[in-house]
Amino acid sequence: MADTAKPGSAAGVHDDANRRDFLFLLTGAAGAIGTASAVWPLISSMNPAADVLALSSTEVNLAPVQVGQAITVVWRGKPVFVRHRTPEEIASAEKVNLKDLPDPKPDSERVKKPEWLIVVGVCTHLGCVPLGQKLGDPRGDYGGWFCPCHGSHYDTSGRIRKGPAPANLAVPGYTFVTDTSIRIG
Amino acid sequence: MSATPSLLDNKLVKWFDQRLPIVSTMHHAGMEYPTPKNLTYWWNFGSLAGFMLVVMMVTGIFLAMHYTPHVDYAFASVERIMRDVNYGWLIRYIHMNGGSMFFVVVYIHVFRGLYYGSYKSPREVLWWLGIVILLLMMATAFMGYVLPWGQMSFWGATVITNLFSAFPLVGNWIVTLLWGGFSVDNPTLNRFFSLHYLLPFVIAAVVFLHIWALHTTKSNNPLGIEANGPQDTIPFHPYYTVKDLYGIGVFLIFYSLFVFFAPNALGDAANYIPANPLQTPPHIVPEWYFLPYYAILRSIPNKLLGVLAMFGSILILFLLPWLDTSRVRSARFRPIYKLVFWVFVICCVALTWAGGKPPEGLALWVARIGTIYYFLHFLVFMPLIGWFERPLALPKSISAPVLAGGKA
Ligand code: HEM
Ligand code: FES
Repeated sequence: MADTAKPGSAAGVHDDANRRDFLFLLTGAAGAIGTASAVWPLISSMNPAADVLALSSTEVNLAPVQVGQAITVVWRGKPVFVRHRTPEEIASAEKVNLKDLPDPKPDSERVKKPEWLIVVGVCTHLGCVPLGQKLGDPRGDYGGWFCPCHGSHYDTSGRIRKGPAPANLAVPGYTFVTDTSIRIG
Repeated sequence: MSATPSLLDNKLVKWFDQRLPIVSTMHHAGMEYPTPKNLTYWWNFGSLAGFMLVVMMVTGIFLAMHYTPHVDYAFASVERIMRDVNYGWLIRYIHMNGGSMFFVVVYIHVFRGLYYGSYKSPREVLWWLGIVILLLMMATAFMGYVLPWGQMSFWGATVITNLFSAFPLVGNWIVTLLWGGFSVDNPTLNRFFSLHYLLPFVIAAVVFLHIWALHTTKSNNPLGIEANGPQDTIPFHPYYTVKDLYGIGVFLIFYSLFVFFAPNALGDAANYIPANPLQTPPHIVPEWYFLPYYAILRSIPNKLLGVLAMFGSILILFLLPWLDTSRVRSARFRPIYKLVFWVFVICCVALTWAGGKPPEGLALWVARIGTIYYFLHFLVFMPLIGWFERPLALPKSISAPVLAGGKA
């Protein structure tokens, strides 16, 4: 290239500099795109793998769970709370003024059948498992669950009422297979 | 110094050094390095930190020969190290307590820097590299603690990885990426082991840069004034090599007391219970060296703000060279800053205490007041004190006060 550019001619030097700038940018861009496409599979490999994603759904038989009782089942490695709510619990969940809720959702949107509350048992603050499933567990100020890690209180609809957690306990996707059994996932 | 015989007089060494100047470079950095002659024992903690990094790497590599990173076998493989592997208990206890010792040493090293103004011009980059090392150490220690797969391993991992979900938009994406699944599980354990093995080597590389920066700007000293010339310095070897070695000896006694007589004093008994993803222990606490940050996190009843304050409490150290407006480095000559420094130390101790207690009653209030004070110290006191404080007169040189004392 040094041969083709006329030495001493301003135009020649200028042309050459432009061409070099362009080639430099082109090489840089090709390098950046190449690196990015090489890094992508590496990052992507850290996301859940196909077998993890394919983790089966869980079937739960509700028949043995009496009114007022609760059971914990495992779904995708996480606890899911299934609570057979008493009429009083249902009533207290329904009569709450939505304005009083940090994460406002009516109870009716969180259940398929009012007597069965099914929520993921993972505190939306930092992921502890709240207490309230066993007899004698503290259930917090609102009769639902109490997370001992940093003091979050959930109500009988699994909604956050007090404490650092920002959101209600999640409702997993589930369907009633029969009147007394559900499939989660 | 040319009078003392050196390795470089050897013809063979010279031949090699002309082709790869590693011997002369090491000689330059590790022996000739002109060091202020007034360094106190507070200057031992840098070399102690380097020593601890080597101890952790060596013991870690041997642990890794026996450890199995799988949720079904990890806990049992650590118990096997403790019971069946020859000296496995020793290697593990050195590594386990070594984590704590490493932080003891590094925290003292950092507070030394805060007291003597070692972060000020021209040592800002040196200071930044130190903070980067601190952050990498925290990541390494956190992931190491997950490896034995006990209850605290599991729930500590759950709580800390969930911190990232506080960030809007990208939060949940980051958490899934950390987990490789829907909760802390086998993929998480595998990647934590991989990274726990990797990061100490990254730390070693940053330590190299840290020392490079040190040798460019030269060591600070208790007077906080620059050396005026050769009369103010002594060669690193033998004066400081021997002093550092002596320090390592004393430190090893302290370290051994834990390893041999109280190996589990700094740990949590719950980590000897295998991880159970369905049951959170009643009281989750991180290792002691994370307690102040945990106290800050829990003192704020809002998830995102708590997380930001926690990360901010360390990131704020990056700005220190500009938050401190005083032209005088050493607290020796800063009567007001000296006082405020010690109140700050008490604040950090109080936060450590509060972080280990359930967040209620007195502990919660100590955490809240401590958190406010922590940020006030950096954001308000440091800039203001530098502005209105009248520092004492600085000595003319490092030698001056000593020579004057000799005459008197
Ligand atoms: C910056 C340096 C390091 C720090 C701060 C550190 C910290 C820790 C901590 C706190 C534990 C948990 C100990 C326990 O409770 O049992 C641990 C475990 C472990 N570390 Fe490290 N580590 C470091 C370097 C390394 C290196 C270089 C390796 C080598 C590959 C390694 C391999 C292991 C293994 C295999 C375990 C699991 C066995 C056990 O729990 O004792 N570590 N580490
Ligand atoms: S994890 Fe439940 S309150 Fe923090």
